[in-house]
Amino acid sequence: MVQMETRSLEQRLEQARALVAALERGDVATADRVVDEIGRLREKQLFQELCQLTRQLHDALASFLADAQLAELAANDIPDARERLRYVITLTEQAATTTLNALDEMLPLVEGLEAKIQSLAGRWGKFLQREMSYREFRTLSGDLATFLQDASPKMETLRARLHEVLMAQSFQDLSGQIIRRVIGLVQQVETSLVELIRFSGQKGELRHPNPTSGDLAGRGPSVPGLDKGQIANQDEVDDLLSSLGF
Amino acid sequence: MDKNLKILVVDDFATMRRIIKNLLRELGFMNVAEADDGLTALPKLKTGEFDLLITDWNMPGMTGIDLLKAVRADEKLAHLPVLMVTAEARRDQIVAAAQAGVNGYIIKPFTASTLQEKLEKIFERLKA
Repeated sequence: MVQMETRSLEQRLEQARALVAALERGDVATADRVVDEIGRLREKQLFQELCQLTRQLHDALASFLADAQLAELAANDIPDARERLRYVITLTEQAATTTLNALDEMLPLVEGLEAKIQSLAGRWGKFLQREMSYREFRTLSGDLATFLQDASPKMETLRARLHEVLMAQSFQDLSGQIIRRVIGLVQQVETSLVELIRFSGQKGELRHPNPTSGDLAGRGPSVPGLDKGQIANQDEVDDLLSSLGF
Repeated sequence: MDKNLKILVVDDFATMRRIIKNLLRELGFMNVAEADDGLTALPKLKTGEFDLLITDWNMPGMTGIDLLKAVRADEKLAHLPVLMVTAEARRDQIVAAAQAGVNGYIIKPFTASTLQEKLEKIFERLKA
């Protein structure tokens, strides 16, 4: 740097001397040429500074764009994603409630039918063994007719409830789509954050927190392949507990 | 198993409470009450009318592990059998639950037979 300055200083001195000498000689053409040279030298320096400024402007603009994108994500997309995820909870809860309601209605029906069928089957067996009086048979015949009549609408109900259970499974598709969209957003946020970190010039390593260290706060279900220190199934839980004297 | 036992099921998700309640009903337990976290469960337990506590771990307010500790710290409740039914499956968590005095630990998702097996085991031990 100092060397360069010294050189440009010497260059200028030389040019000044040449200019004075030319003017003293009355050589106007040479004098003009020297003046042009001095101007070019100034221009070159100006260009260098301009280049530097342009680069700075470009960097600033790029980081500003990254900032703007992050701001947009923070202001709109993330709250939006939060609402979407909440809706996933609602969807799954609705599906579970529909299914459980159907079950509540179906189970007693099935149990009732089962009990009736068992009792009728026993009596029918008795009839086939010819161990039934005519009076008993008449009652059985009446009971059978009533049962067959009753069973039909019950089957209708069962079919309708089963259909509800079937339809309730659509939550998987809907919530899957919503979650996929949120995954896309998370990806965008990640990219923007990485850019921002890059522009802010911090090249510090990304630290991964140790999942097994520290608190016992609940974290919800483990995800295969993601959560470390997890127990895979009930058998492993039982093994661990029995190793602890349970 | 005595089917007249009064059981408190604690989980923040109503669906899971209902599933557990249904499974218990299938096993013959009709006397089941619910709470949605440790804070609402504890006063119910303190009435002294419950014979068994089935609790989730991860709940807002008061977690299952804190509820377990509170139960063990309470003179009247200290011997209440506690079954944990939770998605928390870290080794250190299970060890912590064991150290806090849990009587059984089931990880979600679970089956009806697992629930039955663990309940039977708890009551066998209590008799022994």
